[in-house]
Amino acid sequence: MNIVFSLLAILVVIAAAVLGAGVAKLYFLFGVIIPYASIAVFLVGIVSRVVKWAKSPVPFHIPTVAGQQKSLPWIRNSRLESPHTTLGVIGRMALEILFFRSLFRNTKMELRNGPKLVYGSNKYLWLGAIVFHWSMLIIVLRHLRLFMEPVPSFVFAIQGIDGFFQVGLPGLYITDILILAALSYLVLRRLVDARLRYISLSADYFPLFLLLSIAVTGILMRYFFRIDLVNVKELAIGLFTFHPVVPQVTGVLFYIHLFLVCTLLVYFPFSKLLHMPGIFLSPTRNLANNSRMKRHVNPWDHPVRVHTYGEYEDEFREKMKAAGLPLDKE
Amino acid sequence: MYDSGKIIAGLIIFAALFTSPVWYDVLNGKALQRPDLVLPSKENQKECVAAAEFMRRDHMRLLNDWRYEVVRKGETYFSSDNGKEYEMRFTKTCLGCHPNTSQFCDQCHSYVGVTPYCWDCHNKPRNLSIQ
Ligand code: HEC
Ligand code: HEC
Ligand code: HEC
Ligand code: HEM
Repeated sequence: MNIVFSLLAILVVIAAAVLGAGVAKLYFLFGVIIPYASIAVFLVGIVSRVVKWAKSPVPFHIPTVAGQQKSLPWIRNSRLESPHTTLGVIGRMALEILFFRSLFRNTKMELRNGPKLVYGSNKYLWLGAIVFHWSMLIIVLRHLRLFMEPVPSFVFAIQGIDGFFQVGLPGLYITDILILAALSYLVLRRLVDARLRYISLSADYFPLFLLLSIAVTGILMRYFFRIDLVNVKELAIGLFTFHPVVPQVTGVLFYIHLFLVCTLLVYFPFSKLLHMPGIFLSPTRNLANNSRMKRHVNPWDHPVRVHTYGEYEDEFREKMKAAGLPLDKE
Repeated sequence: MYDSGKIIAGLIIFAALFTSPVWYDVLNGKALQRPDLVLPSKENQKECVAAAEFMRRDHMRLLNDWRYEVVRKGETYFSSDNGKEYEMRFTKTCLGCHPNTSQFCDQCHSYVGVTPYCWDCHNKPRNLSIQ
């Protein structure tokens, strides 16, 4: 059911682009107005989300670590897995963001005959995730050739490595194959395992299908139904220099690709894709494990009105004396 | 807001990276120039080997087909839609009509950021003594 709903949602998005740009030829709407609007929604959405998160206090010091904490000098501590310095935290965050360190530790639990509960390491999710994310990053960086004039030299370097095998013309990019393989795995992973299927929601399938259709339309456009890139670049540069031109691009595939990307931008700040800024704001990752060295003050603590014993005695001295109770101060 | 210094710094870096094409293009200024192509002017060179619209999009796939036809299948001639026959030669045919690559091929290619590796082996006409 969830998966049908997500598929239908994607089909509606694609149909909107086909009807709007392909049939009604609303090029200015689909090439200029919608991209501007979705970039605005994306930026404002992310910034307001992050500000909202930053407003919530972190009452406890809760880094979840996987290594020995810094304590006595003769106990070897783990600097990256359980960092106690800011530098260590930066290193740990970098490992997490660039290499998905904690996902690498992913385990799988299974009930075997016996009955016996077994745990095993499961690296496939990590592999699928890292291949997808890095491919997407490289593809987006390669797209800068369409957005920046003159094309920055690092883009050529990336293209050279990505197109290393020089298969066919236009040259085949390795990341195009990798992103399709990784996304297909990530979809199949949710479908094949009954337990995983049971916990998968539309909000899990939709982003996968969205990314998959962006990649598929891009690949179709590059290798099969080509469009004139000079017009695409003119449109993109027009957008970025705030001198938008009426798009000269005619291929409907381009508008589908672009509309799907706009959908992604608008969907982003309201969905689980927010893990992108979220990882930076995770207290379990971004706090140093130094609770034995520094006191973490709960920002929720407001001053509590205390009544010390001395004050108590002052207040009831006469009565206590009369009752014959012992007093600290006579 | 807690840790506002770090949060605001992070948000500024994020926004600057996300909008980097804007800064880059606006600072570079001359971005709106389309490639400036010099087309063949000789009388017998008035038409390309296929429709210009097709060539603009698909010339690299045509070249790939030519290469395959010649090198793998041993064919020599390509008959275009307008009934003419062309010898499937990269340097001789394409660059015969478009000899000045820096005012033609390279114009588009540097604009969209492609660096065809063909010239590693194939000569450009101006490198030859005959032209
Ligand atoms: C109208 C602009 C234009 C002109 C003129 C042009 N090209 Fe291209 N060419 C392109 C574009 C755009 C691409 C990039 C396609 C892509 O990356 O998807 C390209 C790609 C190529 C590629 C494939 C490069 C690769 O590694 O993928 C070859 C080969 C090529 N052109 C050869 C030529 C030759 C030879 C000429 C001159 C006779 C020429 N082109 C003239 C626009 C042009
Ligand atoms: C007989 C001469 C001739 C030959 C051979 C020839 N061209 Fe052309 N080409 C032309 C002419 C003339 C035009 C301009 C056509 C027009 O604008 O209608 C053109 C246009 C083009 C364009 C589109 C430029 C634009 O207007 O944006 C490309 C790309 C191109 N040629 C590439 C090639 C490639 C690659 C080859 C070899 C496979 C080739 N040409 C062979 C004469 C030729
Ligand atoms: C490693 C060197 C090398 C590179 C790089 C190279 N070629 Fe070739 N190419 C050859 C050789 C060798 C032949 C065979 C020539 C013959 O049999 O006459 C050939 C033949 C061809 C032919 C058909 C016959 C002819 O003489 O033109 C085409 C078309 C062609 N290449 C296009 C390309 C294109 C387009 C590129 C760039 C994407 C390219 N080649 C890159 C070496 C190369
Ligand atoms: C989330 C962002 C995006 C993703 C993941 C994405 C993905 C892809 C992929 C996988 C390809 C196949 C070819 C390649 O790898 O270069 C492609 C091609 C393409 N994309 Fe995108 N894309 C994105 C954003 C955009 C945007 C914003 C534009 C608007 C200008 C765009 C325009 C194009 C064009 C014109 C091609 C064809 C390139 C060619 O023919 O070489 N893409 N895209």
